[in-house]
Amino acid sequence: MNKTAMIRRFHQASWDEPIIFDLSEPGQRGVLVPEAGPKIEESVGDGLSAIPESMRRSDIPLLPEMGQPQVLRHFNHLAQENLGADYNVDIGQGTCTMKYSPKVNEIFATSSKITDLHPYQDESTVQGALEVMYRLGECFKEISGLDCFSLQPGGGSHGALAMATVVRSYFRDRGEEDRRDEVITTFFSHPADAAVPIVKGFKVVVLPPDKDGLPDFEAFKAALSDRTAAIFFTNPEDTGIFNGRIKDFTGLARKFGALCCYDQANANGLLGIARAKEADFDLSFFNLHKTFSSPHGCGGPATGLVAARQFLGAYLPAPLVVKKGDRFSLDWDMPKSCGKIKAFYGTLPVIVRAYAWIMSLGAEGLNEVSRVAILNNNYVMKKLLSIKGCSISFPDHSPRIEQARYSWRKLKEDTGFGTEDVQRRIADFGTHYWSSHEPWVIPEPFTVEPSESYSKADLDEFCAILERISQECYDDPDTIRHAPHNSTIHHVDHDVLDDPDLWAITWRAYKKKYDGYFERRKD
Amino acid sequence: MKTVGFIVNPVAGMGGAVGLKGTDGPEILERAIALGAVPKAMERAISVLRGLMDLDEVRWITCPGPMGEEAFLSLGMDFEVLDGDFAIPTTGRDTAFATEKMIDMNVDLLSFVGGDGTARDVASVIGDRIPVVGIPGGVKLHSAVFAKTPLKAGEILERYIRGRIDDFRLAEVMDIDEEAFRDGRLSASLYGYMRVPVSPEAMQSKKSGRHRESSSFRLKELACYVTSSMDEDVIYLLGSGATVKGLSDYLGIDGTLLGVDAVIGGRMIGKDMTEEEIRKAIEATSLKVAMILSPIGGQGFLLGRGNQQLSPDIVRSVGKEGISVIATPEKMEELFGKPLLVDTGDRELDEELRGFVSVIVGDSRELIWPLE
Repeated sequence: MNKTAMIRRFHQASWDEPIIFDLSEPGQRGVLVPEAGPKIEESVGDGLSAIPESMRRSDIPLLPEMGQPQVLRHFNHLAQENLGADYNVDIGQGTCTMKYSPKVNEIFATSSKITDLHPYQDESTVQGALEVMYRLGECFKEISGLDCFSLQPGGGSHGALAMATVVRSYFRDRGEEDRRDEVITTFFSHPADAAVPIVKGFKVVVLPPDKDGLPDFEAFKAALSDRTAAIFFTNPEDTGIFNGRIKDFTGLARKFGALCCYDQANANGLLGIARAKEADFDLSFFNLHKTFSSPHGCGGPATGLVAARQFLGAYLPAPLVVKKGDRFSLDWDMPKSCGKIKAFYGTLPVIVRAYAWIMSLGAEGLNEVSRVAILNNNYVMKKLLSIKGCSISFPDHSPRIEQARYSWRKLKEDTGFGTEDVQRRIADFGTHYWSSHEPWVIPEPFTVEPSESYSKADLDEFCAILERISQECYDDPDTIRHAPHNSTIHHVDHDVLDDPDLWAITWRAYKKKYDGYFERRKD
Repeated sequence: MKTVGFIVNPVAGMGGAVGLKGTDGPEILERAIALGAVPKAMERAISVLRGLMDLDEVRWITCPGPMGEEAFLSLGMDFEVLDGDFAIPTTGRDTAFATEKMIDMNVDLLSFVGGDGTARDVASVIGDRIPVVGIPGGVKLHSAVFAKTPLKAGEILERYIRGRIDDFRLAEVMDIDEEAFRDGRLSASLYGYMRVPVSPEAMQSKKSGRHRESSSFRLKELACYVTSSMDEDVIYLLGSGATVKGLSDYLGIDGTLLGVDAVIGGRMIGKDMTEEEIRKAIEATSLKVAMILSPIGGQGFLLGRGNQQLSPDIVRSVGKEGISVIATPEKMEELFGKPLLVDTGDRELDEELRGFVSVIVGDSRELIWPLE
């Protein structure tokens, strides 16, 4: 099969790099600011006294003390020990939509015209930023078919939370808040869809998949009642299966007076093909950091744009960007709104990238993105399914949209090696794949989302690597057993990653847990 | 250093290939041998132990000859052997005797190769005192104490020996009446519970960094939520099983693991009740009566297995809307693709109950699940 695809020799750097705080040497400096000379003092004083006392630090910040070359070397070492979207064929991070974010968009987003702005500036001085926000919303009115939008949410789950907040406010307004206390979601919708409504006080009812992997319609009928406030559906789900009957679901939900909320975090295969409006949804959120040209990962900064039908516009988080004549402003006059859900107005660099990306592609371009993403996915699917030991969830249901969830069940039965072993070994080939596939019901799962960014050669390489690993599982078990061989770290103890008592995600937490450096808080 | 007991039931599984539905009792074993059945359990034992040969932080204790010793010898592994008289061919009494000896030797965990019959023999002695890992080797595997495959059993043992498992749950010991089954009637009973290690099927999501909640934590969450939404003036019949007992534990009442109790306002008003006692209690009250059930792990039976005292009449008087179903998310994930089942013995009633039920799986979370 993948005989001609190149599998490159790869070895990750290993610098044994300490944490930057451990590199601190008292007295080292990156920049020594000179004392102000007499002429300068004459015109501006000492440069500090003008700053009010309340705004001045009383002590030095506890930053590491280092020279510039040491800082540079430290971060370059870490970069070399890392594997990022710009280094590898990143399609094994299935359902994360890891794709190429054009560098020119980075230039726009990091331009001083953006970075020097302050959210407290007067509206009249940030007309350009407001215009970009407004125009981006206009684009999303087209992409979703809905009527109004909020850019506030700082990520996908936050977007879902915004939808749940709107649902709650809407029914409160109608005097139905006490009765409508249930939200219906599906087994393979994103876990956030089952989590955030609970935060807003709803009870969540989850539908099982039917034998084709689609939400069970009969179960849906059984779940609906006059207590249903909303449905929260992801479509396509992370299995890559598109629910073509979605209008039956939304139509029936409407009959019961429920609102229909659409999790469009998996939108990369639907641009210009299917819209929230035609599927009869009232609310929808998009991840600008997945589909729309912001690098996805590391927990942000991100944007989970929420779009809504006109009748729900009043309940969106305040303020909304509005255009009056040729002026743009922030409309705070929204008595029915839940108010702000995040500091300021959204993540501007992400908004700028998304706007630049959409404008550079145009409507035809967006549609082409999705068509290529679907083509890539079905090409990869065909190749992967010819690999020994690999199968797909719900095999009777194909083709898939932009991603698919596979299974190494047979590989595991035949060789004893499963998805975790493949994941360890794949690091030796300069790529990776991800291991989070909630809910964990497909045995030995892995999820691949090729997106539109990768060439046929890229995809062939990734498939060839998986084929090689499968072969090794059957013929060369020791290589798999002791993998990874070429990675920075040769053995990862996953149990530590699962144990909050052992984690330290900040230097202070590390000191506290391992050195007793800071006093533990006394409850 | 962990001390792990290892018992092989050498005749387990022999009746299956020759169509005998089981190998319980000496006469059936003789018939199986006459029909040409060959022992299978030893192969199973060896396949599991082979994956554990390199572990040095373990002290193995096993039984003489075909009950374990032979497997260790063939792999050249270090082990200690129990002394004592074991019959050839071995019977259930030998399993129970070996289990007692293992407890005396202070094993931390007991693993055994066998089927439901073997599990019952072990459970009769060990109860839920010491955790067990069942390695599937029998014809009948209705109990939830068995790992899905010998390979999985090996993985769980390895994790346990390496000190990576600190979470346990109670799992059902079930068995069917072989005699009836050979006559084409299926009648299964719940014989008790043993403690099994909870081995996470999955690595946790590195994306969310969410801590894997232990199953005992999930059970507590469920109990807290369900008990807090109980009405003060409703009589609740609490069905059998560990999940429902989690509610009584949470309420601080001494519930029955295998039986049906009645509670009202958080107080117990009937313990381990018979069908007749339940019926009389329902007749005597003007209050509403409701029922809280949990499916049997791995099986999905909600009525008609292990809770026959909830007879069709009683189920009818409570009504479909009066039945609440509860289960931990793990239990439901184990059932993935399989419906919940009822077998009340009353066809008409089973038909009425069919359809979809709401299963409470945690605080404010329900799963809709098919019921057949």
